[in-house]
Amino acid sequence: MREVYLDHAATTYLLPAVKEEMDKYWELNFGNPSALYSKGMDAAQSLAKARGRVAKVLNCNSQEIVFVGSGTESDNLALQGIAKANEVGEIIISTIEHDAIINTAKYLESIGWKIIYAPVDKDGLVDPKELKKLITDKTVLVSIMYANNEIGTVQPIDELVKIVKDINSNTIFHTDACQAGPYLDLDVEKLGVDLLTLNGSKLYGPKGTGLLYVRKHTNIKPIIYGGGQEFNIRSGTENIPGIMGLVKALEIATADKEKEVKRLIALRNKFINSVQVNIERVNLNGHATKRLPNNINLTFEDIEGEAILLYLNEKGIMASTGSACASHSLDVSHVLKAIGLPYELIHGSIRFTLGKRNTDEDIDYVLEVLPEIVARLRAISPVHLDEGKHPQVKQ
Amino acid sequence: MTKQIDTDIRDQKGRSWIYSDIVKEHFFSPQNLFMPGEEKDYKADGMGFVGSPACGDMMKMWIKVDPKTEKIIDCKWQTFGCASAIASTSMLSVMASEKGGLSLDKAMELRPQNILERLGGLPNRKIHCSVLGDKALRAAINDYFKKTKQYDRIIIEGAKIIDNVLKVTDKDIEEAVLEGADTLEKVQEKTKVGTGDPSCLPDVEQLIKFYKDKYYN
Repeated sequence: MREVYLDHAATTYLLPAVKEEMDKYWELNFGNPSALYSKGMDAAQSLAKARGRVAKVLNCNSQEIVFVGSGTESDNLALQGIAKANEVGEIIISTIEHDAIINTAKYLESIGWKIIYAPVDKDGLVDPKELKKLITDKTVLVSIMYANNEIGTVQPIDELVKIVKDINSNTIFHTDACQAGPYLDLDVEKLGVDLLTLNGSKLYGPKGTGLLYVRKHTNIKPIIYGGGQEFNIRSGTENIPGIMGLVKALEIATADKEKEVKRLIALRNKFINSVQVNIERVNLNGHATKRLPNNINLTFEDIEGEAILLYLNEKGIMASTGSACASHSLDVSHVLKAIGLPYELIHGSIRFTLGKRNTDEDIDYVLEVLPEIVARLRAISPVHLDEGKHPQVKQ
Repeated sequence: MTKQIDTDIRDQKGRSWIYSDIVKEHFFSPQNLFMPGEEKDYKADGMGFVGSPACGDMMKMWIKVDPKTEKIIDCKWQTFGCASAIASTSMLSVMASEKGGLSLDKAMELRPQNILERLGGLPNRKIHCSVLGDKALRAAINDYFKKTKQYDRIIIEGAKIIDNVLKVTDKDIEEAVLEGADTLEKVQEKTKVGTGDPSCLPDVEQLIKFYKDKYYN
């Protein structure tokens, strides 16, 4: 059976070139960069070079890159590290942030910070007018993700930064760019952000790797203490193989970006168009054009996401859903809730995220199988949602 | 054998996604399904439903009853919901109509536990929210009693319905509290009460307090 992996927003495979790069650092060049003998100094040099290579991609100074252990850790460092270094005040986050931001913000709320949520419109875009109203002289930090992991909506980060800084120039701006990594411009000068989060496992690099870009002179404190590595911001012996893998993956993604973005947009649009032609009553969630090249989030009316997923899985297709039935907490997706989708539509939502190894044939295969699955589950379903009306029961 | 599967699946604090082979079989090849268009000619003796699409689960059941033997001779259904919702309704339809059919009185006594046993268990977290078919079946039987003017035989759960949309009863809430749900959120996790009809929430909170006092005070 054909296997089609369409969950690249969850995690990606490691590219062979990345693995090859990492392989050099497990056994042979295994030294601790803090050591003074040559094996240690070799490692220190590799690390310094790696930092420089990231700096080139992000258009920043290499001293502004802090390597950490995951995207989640990077988000935690951004929020908690800034909170620790500043007087208690207000933090603004969008309503569609990743749990790594939302739950860290909730923790900060429990120790006295005021957390303010910036709303998004039906497409998932942060409303600039609303954001403007929320910024005060007490706003210490604003954290808005670059591209959303569920619906793929891409925020105009540079414009949002400008709005924030025009009102309070002291406010620090953080963006979680984990999903944006392989597809969007990561130039921190163009973006204007003070902090930016990336991780390896979303850009064909190793899991358990990540980084936080910290603009020079940004007031930040560590959340992990120890030997003072990473400019005293993140202690712990550096994960050199992981860092080398992350950097290699980032470089490959950057080099391939233009071509890959074009290819994926074509695949994505073909997918969306075909589904909308061949399947009735299906809606695209997220912005039609301001979205990640690889993200397709659809609601199939009258049927439930977990059931769709398991039928897809039987056909070798791997995707994800915002339905409560497929989450450990039994909560529906907070992102789909935030864009105003009613529960009955959230339950029927499926996310497909394309990637490097997906071919035209893969998409043809999915497009062949999907209408049958939807028809099958709709035949089982007693529900027939009428647009604009309260859910109706088939009579 | 069934016991073994049961333990494997349910000993993981409900975090497991593992469905038993029986569940998979009923999910991928549902039994007694009502196919679209069949409704018109079916002439059901009773129909009942439970849930709503907003809650994530909805079941509709149709039954045919032999008036002489009072047995369910045929049982059809439709379900909106996850794999366990579909599989459990399918299994229920088999239980109600197999071996010449279940008597109405016996069918009225079917509970989620009986369906679970036949399914070889379900992940813990799926039990309360997705095994609702028995309520739809009871509603169908009540509908039959209504149609045959046997009003005195209509049994509403033997308990009071608190949530009219999901047909969650005071007994369901009592059970949830007994299983350790001590807040509204936890009770909702187990029963989904109020997600379709929030107007019942004050009553639910009262009941939680009542049962907490009764059992844990």
